[in-house]
Amino acid sequence: MPVESLFPRLEKLLPQISKPIQYVGGELNSQVKDWDEAEVRWCLMYPDAYEVGLPNQGVMILYEVLNEQPGVLAERTYSVWPDLAKLMRENGVPAFSIDAHRPVKAFDVLGISFSTELGYTNMLEALDLAGIPLHAKDRTEDDPIVLAGGHAAFNPEPIAAFIDAAVLGDGEQAVLEMTEILKQAKRDGADRAETLLRLAKTGGVYVPRFYDVEYLEDGRIGRVVPNHPDVPWRVSKRTVMDLDEWPYPKQPLVPLAETVHERMSVEIFRGCTRGCRFCQAGMITRPVRERSITGIGEMVKAGLEATGYEEVGLLSLSSADHSEIGEIAKGLADRYEGTQTSLSLPSTRVDAFNIDLAQELSRNGRRSGLTFAPEGGSERLRKVINKMVTKEDLVATVTAAYGAGWRQVKLYFMVGLPTETDEDVLEIADMAREVIRAGRQATGTRDVKCTVSIGGFVPKPHTPFQWVGQADPDTIDRRLKLLRDAIRDDKSTAKSIGYRYHDGKPGQVEGLLSRGDRRVGAVLEEVWRQGGIFDGWSEHFSYERWMTAAQAVGVDVDRYTTRERDELEVLPWDHLDSGLDKDWLWSDWQEALAEQDLDDCRWIPCFDCGVCPQMGTEIQVGPTGKTLLPLSIV
Amino acid sequence: MSKQPPGAPPPPPVQRIRLRYTKRGRLRFTSHRDIARVFERALRRAQVPMAFSAGFSPHPKISWVGAAATGVASEAEYVEIALAVVCDPEQVRQALDASLPAGIDLVEAVVAEPGTSLPDRVQASSWLIGLPQVPLQDLEQAVVKFLAATVIEVERMTKNGRRVFDTRSAVVSMRATQGDDCAILRVVVQHVTPAVRPDDVLTGLRSVSDLATPVPPAATRLAQGPLTPEGEVADPLAPDRVAAGHPGATAGATRQVSEVAGVQPPG
Repeated sequence: MPVESLFPRLEKLLPQISKPIQYVGGELNSQVKDWDEAEVRWCLMYPDAYEVGLPNQGVMILYEVLNEQPGVLAERTYSVWPDLAKLMRENGVPAFSIDAHRPVKAFDVLGISFSTELGYTNMLEALDLAGIPLHAKDRTEDDPIVLAGGHAAFNPEPIAAFIDAAVLGDGEQAVLEMTEILKQAKRDGADRAETLLRLAKTGGVYVPRFYDVEYLEDGRIGRVVPNHPDVPWRVSKRTVMDLDEWPYPKQPLVPLAETVHERMSVEIFRGCTRGCRFCQAGMITRPVRERSITGIGEMVKAGLEATGYEEVGLLSLSSADHSEIGEIAKGLADRYEGTQTSLSLPSTRVDAFNIDLAQELSRNGRRSGLTFAPEGGSERLRKVINKMVTKEDLVATVTAAYGAGWRQVKLYFMVGLPTETDEDVLEIADMAREVIRAGRQATGTRDVKCTVSIGGFVPKPHTPFQWVGQADPDTIDRRLKLLRDAIRDDKSTAKSIGYRYHDGKPGQVEGLLSRGDRRVGAVLEEVWRQGGIFDGWSEHFSYERWMTAAQAVGVDVDRYTTRERDELEVLPWDHLDSGLDKDWLWSDWQEALAEQDLDDCRWIPCFDCGVCPQMGTEIQVGPTGKTLLPLSIV
Repeated sequence: MSKQPPGAPPPPPVQRIRLRYTKRGRLRFTSHRDIARVFERALRRAQVPMAFSAGFSPHPKISWVGAAATGVASEAEYVEIALAVVCDPEQVRQALDASLPAGIDLVEAVVAEPGTSLPDRVQASSWLIGLPQVPLQDLEQAVVKFLAATVIEVERMTKNGRRVFDTRSAVVSMRATQGDDCAILRVVVQHVTPAVRPDDVLTGLRSVSDLATPVPPAATRLAQGPLTPEGEVADPLAPDRVAAGHPGATAGATRQVSEVAGVQPPG
């Protein structure tokens, strides 16, 4: 069946909407492959606006990995803003890919990458715009397989009714293996059920329809059981080993429209074993796998040539922890001396960071801001969350940054952490004041500023905090106000300290979706039916809409958020294997309560979190001892 | 801490090149901010030796002349770049054109006549507006009414808020012709403040007649430059060409009409 471009119909709508360029496609390094020559066709979606979705590394990597394969085609789609969605519905224009503007419904797979649960309503909106039945059980042979990936896929139970399948972990090899299965299934004339069964049998693709959830009388989960003899009891996450073999994106997409990250990004390592107990990313991406210094150098060179970007971001969960970060920063700064190319390290820990490194980073270009994330206000609380930074270290590091010429630093904390008291939160104000005073002394000027930025803590699955009762929004809001007053009260420093925060309500909804089970899906659907989309955007998010919807479908939000779970409760995601041993997570939770910290297994013997033996993986770190040679003789 | 970064300031510009580029097809949906970013990256990929501003945030020296609005196509947009090394303008044009997306096409490059200002030369624009599903007769009647009026006020949001302004006095000439698949309006509009844009002219036309435009009209800027006594728009790069010793190269101005994507030149 020929699939025609929807662009001529879309083009008539574009003059009537804002920022039409985001729907046009044609980005540098994007590609349009022949539809009829492809045997398996993927539509990759990032369920947020184009400006947020385009820079997403996951989608960019899979787009390139898939398109490199002969006989395989991948195009992209992002959430459309309400102005266009309204016109599409009025004019009967269905959801489209932005590469060749093909109908989303015409693809074999719609793969959606969820960085956050707040993208769920946008998935429902996209399915509806595409003309794909909302519920997996209503889909026919004409519909794509709707596949969820990304960090939120480690508990896809709240969206189990809407997706056909989910993949946990790294996608590079997973999409290729799935493509082979889909290709064979098409050749065999397998129907939808058979195709999904073949995927489920691998043990690496979660197909919710093959698992039944049994509930106890009190509403807790009894167990999750496979309802087909050939599917495994547990589904495992995927782990890519040897990042140097996967130097993607090789040809990063460069948008015409403005996006949130305008830089060339290189993932310098994957995984993190610092063991911060609140951090889902650090728990589910173990073990640490470093890209080599030479591999990084090659990716930066090829990426800059392919894009023309003037900033290179060295990405990871804690970039200063790379075993050769000093050599990498110096090597790149030397190579790009005089080219107005700047380097940035988006995630840096206070203790691993030093000012020499910062100087290297800003040597060739624009000096960006510095952000430090102590996360917890008091030393006691930092022991609970296992983010071991002392106040003295932080003040010394920030003071050194001021001394080296920075005038503005950002300090990031969370409020609502387990065991937190008002006093813990008020210590944030003390720390900020001390930073300012020390900075003034070191620089001899009053021209130093810091911004205190606060996020609300949301307990996540597959972490030692997966059992905790989440702080309710009123508690969070009250502590945010206490902190604001404390910062304002000291007139000698108040004007030098900025204060940014969000209220506790969105975190509550995120908490409901993060640790929800299949029953939460009804809330999600009701919210979307009442007009809920773009929940990550404060101008679109409505707490009241979520609470009203939960009441309407009979879901008790507190059960999922503020209720503390006990050790033996079956959690909705227990049948999804992140490699972490549940007993180890529980003992780490107990150690948190005892305010005991835990070191990083890169530098101490294994403490048996379970991931490496369970997944057949190992830590891959340097140093390699190599350096980056000047480009002229490379 | 000094207010300037350590080290020598970037080298001063030694050459300025003026470029004409297009916004064709889908690329007409770019905003002027999009174009600016696309240009900066293309300059880097093409390794054009740009001159940079001094300071902690060095920027390549690029001066924009006006800019067609988002959604409006153009055959005649202009930009001036400052270089740190003297280059052959045609080589810069070719390298940059190869690095820009198809649709933003670099069609001319000339060395700037020293001491002159390109924005000063740009006084008026010549527009071609395709009006699908509009009978030529209706358009002709609206044009007659428009030209007969002395003042035609329209209202639009500008960056200074909602403003009412006259569209008639900015229009130098206006005529209706029949294209292959739609009626076409040809209009020469002077650059005034607030700007009278093609959609303002259409709003004005609708306000003096019962002209209806069922499909969004598609506007293309064919030329912008000095306004001649005959009411024509002249080539703004002509003086630079004379100064550089290449007065003959004005082919671009006559070639452009047939290149307008999707719209046939008026018969």
